[in-house]
Amino acid sequence: MGFELDRVGLVHANGQAQGQRALRAVSIVAARGERLAIIGPSGAGKTTLLRILATSIRPTEGRVSVLGAHPWQLGAGELRRLRSRIGFIHQAPPIPPRQRAITAVIAGRLGQWPWWKSALSLLYPADIAGPRDQLARLDLADRLFDRCDRLSGGQLQRVGVARVLYQRPDLLLADEPVSAMDPALADLAVSQLHSEAQSRGVTLVASLHAVDIALRWFPRVIGLKAGEIVFDLPPAQVSDSVLRDLYASETALPSQDSEPFHPHVEHAQEAAGAARASVAPPRVI
Amino acid sequence: MSAVSFAERRAALGFCLHCWLSLLLLAVLVWGSFAYLSLDLARLFTAESGRGMLQFAMRFFPPDISAEFLRKIAKGTLETLAISAVGTLLAAGAGLLLALPAAGRMGGVLKGLTRFLLNALRSVPELVWAALMVLAAGLGPFAGTLALALHTSGVLGRLFAESLENAPPEPARALAESGAAPALAFVYGTLPVITPQLVSYSLYRWEMNIRMATVLGFVGAGGLGQMLYYELSLLHEPQASSVIIAMLALVVLVDAASAWVRRRQMRPAG
Amino acid sequence: MPPALQPPLRDPDALRRTGWALGALLVLWPLLLIAEFNPADLFDARNLAVMGGFLGQFLPPNLSGDFLALVLKATIETLAMATAGIALAMLLAVPLGLALTHSLSVSRIGPGPDQGLGEFLRVLARFALLILRGVPELVWALLLVRAFGLGPAAGVLAIALTYGGMLGKVYSEILESGDTRPARVLLESGGGRLMAFFYGLLPGAGQELASYTIYRWECAVRASVIMGFVGAGGLGQLMDQSMKMLNGGEVSTILIVFLLLVLLADAISVFLRRLLA
Repeated sequence: MGFELDRVGLVHANGQAQGQRALRAVSIVAARGERLAIIGPSGAGKTTLLRILATSIRPTEGRVSVLGAHPWQLGAGELRRLRSRIGFIHQAPPIPPRQRAITAVIAGRLGQWPWWKSALSLLYPADIAGPRDQLARLDLADRLFDRCDRLSGGQLQRVGVARVLYQRPDLLLADEPVSAMDPALADLAVSQLHSEAQSRGVTLVASLHAVDIALRWFPRVIGLKAGEIVFDLPPAQVSDSVLRDLYASETALPSQDSEPFHPHVEHAQEAAGAARASVAPPRVI
Repeated sequence: MSAVSFAERRAALGFCLHCWLSLLLLAVLVWGSFAYLSLDLARLFTAESGRGMLQFAMRFFPPDISAEFLRKIAKGTLETLAISAVGTLLAAGAGLLLALPAAGRMGGVLKGLTRFLLNALRSVPELVWAALMVLAAGLGPFAGTLALALHTSGVLGRLFAESLENAPPEPARALAESGAAPALAFVYGTLPVITPQLVSYSLYRWEMNIRMATVLGFVGAGGLGQMLYYELSLLHEPQASSVIIAMLALVVLVDAASAWVRRRQMRPAG
Repeated sequence: MPPALQPPLRDPDALRRTGWALGALLVLWPLLLIAEFNPADLFDARNLAVMGGFLGQFLPPNLSGDFLALVLKATIETLAMATAGIALAMLLAVPLGLALTHSLSVSRIGPGPDQGLGEFLRVLARFALLILRGVPELVWALLLVRAFGLGPAAGVLAIALTYGGMLGKVYSEILESGDTRPARVLLESGGGRLMAFFYGLLPGAGQELASYTIYRWECAVRASVIMGFVGAGGLGQLMDQSMKMLNGGEVSTILIVFLLLVLLADAISVFLRRLLA
């Protein structure tokens, strides 16, 4: 009951990338509780792949099945229920700057709570212990009632992670979830994603720029390049030569603590989002 | 010394046919306006009419500052403030409701319809709305409140719709993609982003509405204006001049307050 | 995490928020009372009958030739009032605005005997402008109608007074905000105030001055539309009469003309300002 992608492809239908191919014949089958890392150079299609799994874009080719359902054959209500079981950690956390951290975390459950409970929570949070515990896992409990525009980029990213942990999804997708954190915090955040996946049998898919984190934490690593799967291996078999091929055009292997290049934002759209969210410089090392 | 050529003379004139023609056209339009209105300025500024004006002006002095009348003025001022505040508040609420469809969040047909409605509300001046509302709700401050609310909802609705269109879509989209209902995604994801803008637009309109509320009373819609109209029609010039001074003070105070607030906002946060 | 560090399980902002909400209610409640906020008035049987009958006549608008001729005449009168009013306002604003402008002050340059007098005149000019623009144009119109009788003269002068005050203030602000060194150099080399303005400031600020004046003309058109409600001529006067007679057809015709006129003024203003840019 994880997910299944069967020869999925995507050609952008509109926007400035119109006609460009983002993904070609991607097939991945993941069981419940499996943990996958997706690595690859910038523009390889990692974000697009995750967004297809999140049912936020519809592939132009192939079949998608997520948590045992075919999202594009569902009615509106059923699709919403399915989506409330999918958590997506964005690289630039989509959180309004003036919102308090607790409200931003509570927003993870909007799809599950009755509407009156969500509406009242704008005035007084219906659950304080829950968000506090999730933030505590990421060492941020002391900022529970702070406004998000007072947080650094890395702290904001942890609020974004806490929101999705609080959502308690069955499928957890993470797009560069730790790109703005220092190595120790990045390790902490990824370890929390893991314990969540293991304790509740959550399927976890994370795209990562830092190869060392992918190899250290994930039992299955998928290399993506120019929209195609290059390899799908356990970390022990991901050798240096495999990685060199994957990052052929780049100079050094990216890692979390020796980031050789800036975290490239893969879509112009995201870049705009990141700029508007007025997050501090993405990298805080 | 060589002779100055025609081209040089022309350049020295700063010759620009199009500029001179525009100026000429303007002059003709202004002259035409005076002629059409048969305004004879010279007659207005003769010694005789000056004496008449002075006599007219002197009737307004000294202003009535008896305690009893000052109390009335205080009441009128409060009424003016209440009309403007309640009117602006109603308009902010209605403007937000109308801005949602006007920003295209409920389909193209509704977008066109609400845009038309907003434009219609906005184009009718407050005073005309007030005259209409006096018919609909009777004489008194409630008519003025409604008039301001109607005109201002048109203005604010349009501004709010622009804010909505320019708001970053990511926060609300992320929530919708985690299964939140559209209304909740809006209040959790979009509203917090645009609230400061909505508040500052509303305050700015409130400032303008205070000015407007002082004169709505001329058609019977309450406030200081109604007092002024009443006193003048009874030829009570000293009382009228007190009311005018109160209006002036109110406008100047509001001006100063808003300049002060704006200066504070300009200061870097620290 | 040690328990001591855990924040308490209640919202620390709740008390402050409740306070604000209560405060807002405490202010709003009397405001609603003072504004005689009572929506039921709208559904009062008598008001409904008056309004219903009145609105019922809105369709069709009165498009008879006689009435349209009247409307056309009033429309031209409205535009003429705004134009003449702004022209007079400039006559008022230019000297006052120049007097206010520090960078054109001769007495500022050296400690002359008349420095105190210059400052005094400036304060006086500032005060005059404040009063001129602080009194709403409709109030000026109401007073002037009493002095000059019904008709457009009062409207023109009302616009001249209020907009003269606004233009004078903004003119001096525009002149101060630009580069004032050329004017100062001219004054220091013995030039007069007026020449310092024409040679030193106008070339830099002329466009902005003209653009602001056009914008104010547009506002003056909107203002002259309603001047008639106090008897100062233009479309408003026609509307006031039709309204008093509860003639819905005429009112709806005038309303349509209002909209067109405001749109036209808007378009002309945008066009002229683009021409300047």
